[in-house]
Amino acid sequence: MALLEIKGLRGGIRDQDIINGIDLTINRGEVHAIMGPNGSGKSTLGKILAGHEEYAETGGTVRFNGKDLFELTPEERANEGMFLAFQYPVEIPGVSNAYFLRAALNERLKYRGEPEISAGAFRRLLNKKMEQVDMDPELARRPVNEDFSGGEKKRNEIFHMAVLEPTLSILDETDSGLDIDAMRIVAHGINQQRTADNAMIVITHYQRLLDYVVPDYVHVMYQGRIVKSGMKDLALELEEKGYEWIREEVEAAG
Amino acid sequence: MEAIETLAQQEYKEGWVTDIEMETAPPGLNEDIIRFISAKKNEPGFLLEWRLKAYRHWLKMKEPNWQYMAYPPVDYQDIVYYAAPKNTPQYNSLDEVDPELLETYDKLGIPLEEQKVLAGVAVDAVFDSVSVHTTFKDKLAELGIIFCSFSEAAQDHPDLVEKYLGTVVPYRDNYFASLNSAVFSDGSFCYIPPGVRCPMELSTYFRINTAGTGQFERTLIIADEGSYVSYLEGCTAPMRDENQLHAAVVELVALKDAQIKYSTVQNWYPGNEEGKGGVYNFVTKRGVCKGDNAKISWTQVETGSAITWKYPSVILQGDHSIGEFYSVALTRNKQVADTGTKMIHVGKDTRSTVVSKGISAGNGQNVYRGRIQVMKRADGAKNYTQSDTMLIADRCGAHTNPYIDVGNNSASVEHEASTARISEDQLFYCKTRGISTEDAISMIINGFCKEVFQELPMEFAVEAKKLLGISLEGSVG
Ligand SMILES: Nc1ncnc2c1ncn2[C@@H]1O[C@H](COP(=O)(O)OP(=O)(O)OP(=O)(O)O)[C@@H](O)[C@H]1O
Ligand SMILES: [Mg+2]
Repeated sequence: MALLEIKGLRGGIRDQDIINGIDLTINRGEVHAIMGPNGSGKSTLGKILAGHEEYAETGGTVRFNGKDLFELTPEERANEGMFLAFQYPVEIPGVSNAYFLRAALNERLKYRGEPEISAGAFRRLLNKKMEQVDMDPELARRPVNEDFSGGEKKRNEIFHMAVLEPTLSILDETDSGLDIDAMRIVAHGINQQRTADNAMIVITHYQRLLDYVVPDYVHVMYQGRIVKSGMKDLALELEEKGYEWIREEVEAAG
Repeated sequence: MEAIETLAQQEYKEGWVTDIEMETAPPGLNEDIIRFISAKKNEPGFLLEWRLKAYRHWLKMKEPNWQYMAYPPVDYQDIVYYAAPKNTPQYNSLDEVDPELLETYDKLGIPLEEQKVLAGVAVDAVFDSVSVHTTFKDKLAELGIIFCSFSEAAQDHPDLVEKYLGTVVPYRDNYFASLNSAVFSDGSFCYIPPGVRCPMELSTYFRINTAGTGQFERTLIIADEGSYVSYLEGCTAPMRDENQLHAAVVELVALKDAQIKYSTVQNWYPGNEEGKGGVYNFVTKRGVCKGDNAKISWTQVETGSAITWKYPSVILQGDHSIGEFYSVALTRNKQVADTGTKMIHVGKDTRSTVVSKGISAGNGQNVYRGRIQVMKRADGAKNYTQSDTMLIADRCGAHTNPYIDVGNNSASVEHEASTARISEDQLFYCKTRGISTEDAISMIINGFCKEVFQELPMEFAVEAKKLLGISLEGSVG
């Protein structure tokens, strides 16, 4: 059974579809890169999957873990193992990053009917994961994303992912805004999470991330559709030629 | 923010009425009623005289009529000014206490038995107007600490009462303080002798009970030179239909090198969604740092009442004395909280800190009203004020009214204010981490209030967080 199965998905904001019919099947163990010009609907796809209230599906079906995704609340989706790393992570003043993550982790455990994690065990887990993504322990103590630099926010998303160990991660431009070293570290962190049991959707504009996080498939999104899919070479081709030829192909097709 | 619209719908969880036989005065207010109250309580003559002076003064006063305080007129002749459990027995053990009363405490989650053993908290339980149970009194007595009901103090320590009563809040102070001075029923009295550090948190649970009985509590706390005391006040009230007036007065006196920490969690019935039936909470709380190096801290968490009118203040009379005010006020439905503080710098190098956190949900109105007054001879006085507001709906309001009145050039007065909203994006972010909207809101609010909560004694902080959680529960759809 596929981990995520999207069929004919349409949806967007109130009176306007942004996603215009997407089919995509993702199996455990796979990494799918989604590329495409600005405004093509990549983030919107992530938000619809994660259940942002402002966005709604207007057609098609999505099954996640064998369940009808749209029957689940956003937090149930998360506790089922879906994770969205934000293109623009949100600040939560006054709530420490560590406290926040412990609350999140406990929700997940509760959802699965498991006991809450002890303070000691959580501390050990946190230390291990901070090491994995080379995270400054100070950032775990500070309020979630508040006054973090752009790069620190992105790194924090990967830290959240490392702690929560999702089965499907949607990483929305986690590489943008990172310096060269940070990019390598974040990529390393992502690769560490990569197992035969989970899958990732990596949204990016740059081939460079894909040098480190090598995808199994690359999809190009344009005007709310996946207009081209291929293997990792497609990313190289896009890097070289840009999107103009894709546009031409789409227009020629009609 | 539609999800949050329902924020104010939570039913009041502490609603019930206990039926204990009352011996009540007939409704109404006149000099005879005051004489009746005083006689009932076997009060010394000076106290009756003081009550009568207050009453005569009150008759000449006008009820305040402020902008955010519109409330239906109170018929002062329709209030019962005295109600007490019959015979007011003094018990030796819990077995002798009316089981119904004990049940009441169970519902409140404060079984006296357990508290005796646990926590080290002495509880002077004010049930309606008269204290019926005091614990730990003996232990405190060994240290020379007096902690008893106001009525007992009036009989057993009239000299202390006469010396300090009305020295911080004079009977002429304001409309409600004058009314309280005339008719106050009971309250707590506390005296810490020189150099003694009170080894436990002193705590009183107030509860409004008999229908139609206005509550006029009077609390007087005196910390003698070099002493320390931490005092906790917590309240809940039964649900009922008619509005209830509550006009308490709290006076704190800190002598040289003494410290008083006064913490309140207030959760009186706020009324239904329309604001009907809630408590009017018009309280006068004031402390004086009488001697040098004295310190008074007020910490309050206000979630209840239909209308709250409350400005715990400090008169910084002694040189180098310190005043602090930490406040969280939550309003929802049609609640109005008009609260803040006055810091009056009289002595040299006096310092004050004010941290006020207002949270408005539903149609709630939250007003911060603060006054920093620096007198002419208060060289080097310093104040820092921070008033932050969090809005959790579109119809609610927040207003900040700082008044600064500096009569000394060497003083420094600083004010920071901010307004925040819980955004849809924040909630979505939390949800993608598996945290529900309700939990997210309570987490964000607790974060917002952190600076205040950390001033509360541990158990109280836990209670306060729970209270905010309960108050906001069901607020989100
Ligand atoms: N809430 C919204 N209100 C109005 N328009 C929106 C909203 N959300 C998305 N859009 C529009 O939908 C289109 C797709 O936006 P989306 O953020 O999904 O693009 P993207 O592919 O992630 O772009 P980028 O590469 O720049 O991040 C854009 O034209 C955007 O302006
Ligand atoms: Mg995007």
